[in-house]
Amino acid sequence: MATVELSHITKKFGSVTALNDVSFTVKDGEFFVLLGQTGAGKTTTLRVIAGLEKQDAGEVLFDGVPVNDVTPAERDTAFVFQYYSLYPTMSVYDNLAFPLRAPGRNLSEAEIKQRVHEAAERVRITHLLQRSTRNLSGGEMQRVALGRALVRRPKIFLMDEPLSNLDAKLREALRIELNRLQREAHSTTLFVTHDQIEAMTLADRVGVLREGVLVQVGTPREIYDFPATTFVAKLVGVPRINLYNAARADGMIRVPDSTIQLPAPMHVGLPESFTLGFRPEDVQITPDGDLSGQITLLEPLGVETIVHIRSGRQSLLSTVSGIADFSIGSEVRYRIVRERLHFFDRKTGRRLSLN
Amino acid sequence: MAVSTTSAPITYATRVDKVGARYQFTRALRIAVVVLYATISLIPVFWMVTAAFKSRPDVVAIPPKVFFTPTIEGFISLLTKRVLLPPGMMEEYKQRTDLNFAERIMAERGQRITGPSQYGQRLLNSVIVASASTVLSVLLGVLAAYAFSRFNVPGKGDLLFFILSTRMLPPVVVTIPIFLMYQQLRLYDTHLGLILLYTVFNLSFAVWLLKGFIDEIPREYEEAALVDGYSRLQAFRKVVLPQAITGIAATFVFCLIFAWNEYAFALMLTSERARTAPPSIPTVLGTGGIEWSAIAAGTLGFLVPVIIVTFALRDYLLRGVTFGALRK
Repeated sequence: MATVELSHITKKFGSVTALNDVSFTVKDGEFFVLLGQTGAGKTTTLRVIAGLEKQDAGEVLFDGVPVNDVTPAERDTAFVFQYYSLYPTMSVYDNLAFPLRAPGRNLSEAEIKQRVHEAAERVRITHLLQRSTRNLSGGEMQRVALGRALVRRPKIFLMDEPLSNLDAKLREALRIELNRLQREAHSTTLFVTHDQIEAMTLADRVGVLREGVLVQVGTPREIYDFPATTFVAKLVGVPRINLYNAARADGMIRVPDSTIQLPAPMHVGLPESFTLGFRPEDVQITPDGDLSGQITLLEPLGVETIVHIRSGRQSLLSTVSGIADFSIGSEVRYRIVRERLHFFDRKTGRRLSLN
Repeated sequence: MAVSTTSAPITYATRVDKVGARYQFTRALRIAVVVLYATISLIPVFWMVTAAFKSRPDVVAIPPKVFFTPTIEGFISLLTKRVLLPPGMMEEYKQRTDLNFAERIMAERGQRITGPSQYGQRLLNSVIVASASTVLSVLLGVLAAYAFSRFNVPGKGDLLFFILSTRMLPPVVVTIPIFLMYQQLRLYDTHLGLILLYTVFNLSFAVWLLKGFIDEIPREYEEAALVDGYSRLQAFRKVVLPQAITGIAATFVFCLIFAWNEYAFALMLTSERARTAPPSIPTVLGTGGIEWSAIAAGTLGFLVPVIIVTFALRDYLLRGVTFGALRK
């Protein structure tokens, strides 16, 4: 296990900047999740760490030692790919044994066999070992791929959206398993995903990437409760956060074209015009609410119901626990939790730190 | 309410769209077309095979004989040198008791076998030249194709076009200059000369064909091997090659057929030592006229090796390009 540090990494492909001055550290034994949309540079980051791609500027350090000129084979990382994760011409056993049979490792076949079985047990694929990779289901394949990473005991696990090609049920099951594996082994893991649920549930810390720039690094809670930009606020949380252009006047915050108005906090530094955000769970539907609106849509999910409320020409989302007993078109009273408002700069989208 | 009605079990395997009269008709039509095509293309082969086993009068008979008494005269004349004996000496020759099977047959035609022909040697030359140039083309081709497919080769597009452009004029156009060059370089009538030439011609084809196949293999596999502790060359050998085997087999067969069948250069650039089978078969001239059955026999013998190779590799040729653990 090791600490992995990226220091001011920049990587360009032609005229496209894939990574722009990215710096972060994955601590020893930490599960670090890189969250971002397609094309944000997540995979490029992994490839730079694995040594499959050479950065244009900056340094990659393993345990404080620069590895910029070290070959992928010598970096001792394990990579779980999104697609094409298994060698198609080999059996499951040979897939697991392949990393151990690498020329530098000099392991005896008996030792290899023992370690393969150990890894297979941990990802529960012992019964598949003699099978060809051809007839495996998607879930089995990714389990084998995880096993192939585990078998090596590498310095760091690099996982490139290993769950994104699985159907929802399987993804959930494997997510839990991955969580268990990582907690057991305390392995340094860098996991890449576009799925905020995976990020929130798996990560010790999350790094949010946007167009090659690392926007925010923090624990899932920090990311959720104190999003650094409107982008992060929108990326994390289902249903999505309510965001409005808002104005401050006469000690009140008003959202134009709606009846939403809140007393402005007593902070200094809130500009006259800004972006206001509040999460759906902070919109509480209650008979003594100070705001009112009309229900336009109900999305009962079982665990909760997403209530779409219209206020003037704006609409907002609220969540209610369980299946809510409302009817579409009816008036409803609600209130917004004042302590959990988010303020962002209207132009830059950055979080306004108020004191 | 009791359920009393029972019906015959439904055969779910019967596809409704495959029992209609219209489907049956188009199916029959398709089969008919394929059979017709196969028949037409097999007629020359059939002609050749029968001609190889015909006696001299049968092979030139008009109308052509479909039913005849097979003989191996053609094969014997293909594989031997003979002299024509005058009738007087013939009687005496026939009386001899030490004649073997082949000599007896030829004696019936008034010929005496004096030794083996060069056919065997020429066929061997063909095997040497074709297999060496094919192995060389595929070997160099797969390495070049891999480089073009995976690395940022400077001037990649131009190089690939340049490689392809070697196929843009009929090879025969350059036979004379190559003939002169080969004489200067002492490559005339050598195995090496033909091997080099065929390799050059096949290489462009091999590079392009194999590049297509290797492009189809996702890079992730090699990259996984690189991360797993293998060098680039080891990853190529252990991960890429096994997956490219279909493409390699297909390229191998195409290159082999080209080198095996090549006629013009073989005719121009060889005479005795390195002459291959294609230019030599049509020149099997018998004593007094063209030995059609010997030519047919020679062609048959010439076809056999390439048919064997193609059949041996047909599983690879037919198998899909991508197979195995792919998910999209």
